[in-house]
Amino acid sequence: MINILLFAHLQEAVGESQLTVDLSDVTVAQIKEWLEKHYPQLSLQQMMTAINEEFATDATMVKSGDTIAFIPPISGG
Amino acid sequence: MEGNEEKIMTTALFEIIDKPIDVEEVRQKVLSRNAGAITLFIGTVREITNGKKTLHLEYQAYPAMAIKMFEQIAKEIQEQWPEAQVAITHRVGHLDISDIAVVIAVSSPHRKIAYMANEYAIDRIKQIVPIWKKEHWEDGTEWIGDQLENVPYPQGKPSILEEENRD
Repeated sequence: MINILLFAHLQEAVGESQLTVDLSDVTVAQIKEWLEKHYPQLSLQQMMTAINEEFATDATMVKSGDTIAFIPPISGG
Repeated sequence: MEGNEEKIMTTALFEIIDKPIDVEEVRQKVLSRNAGAITLFIGTVREITNGKKTLHLEYQAYPAMAIKMFEQIAKEIQEQWPEAQVAITHRVGHLDISDIAVVIAVSSPHRKIAYMANEYAIDRIKQIVPIWKKEHWEDGTEWIGDQLENVPYPQGKPSILEEENRD
């Protein structure tokens, strides 16, 4: 199981702040594809991601038990 | 002084909170007998942006990662200016006009480093710390980020103009 965190407009588009998917040993890019298939309202191709609170790339592998967060362009400060 | 030191020991240098920020509390976290200067950056909610009137803002954070990124920024500051000490508190939730969204305190033996390190910290916050603001206007709402064509990569540096618009 992979834990997915959604923030800002992504959270509102899906209606959930957190999802759990039955995937393991997949890349970030594959998770993006999976999510876009299940939630066509999402556009994640250019989206930053973090695995277990560290920035990741599309090629990063995600294991069962990991938490992947999608990080829309930030606007803090 | 003993009271202050006790407070420093028990208070985190980097915080995400959902209540008003006590500026003095953040300042006290960087107190040092070696410091000759403390700079405080106080980010506040602006009413008019590009001619449009903001009613209020809503901030959201990914707290666990945001704290890690604050620590990363402090590490970068330590590498450049080893004598600087930094503390950062960011607020989340509903903020009204003029409310304080972020406070950055930097102390150092001399003022120049305190100024430089403080500016470095706010610039990096806008690049790597996962915090988002939602604008509430009279005619709608919007999560800010996409529309400003923010570079969606941690190593990417936003343009100067964009920084000015977002402060």
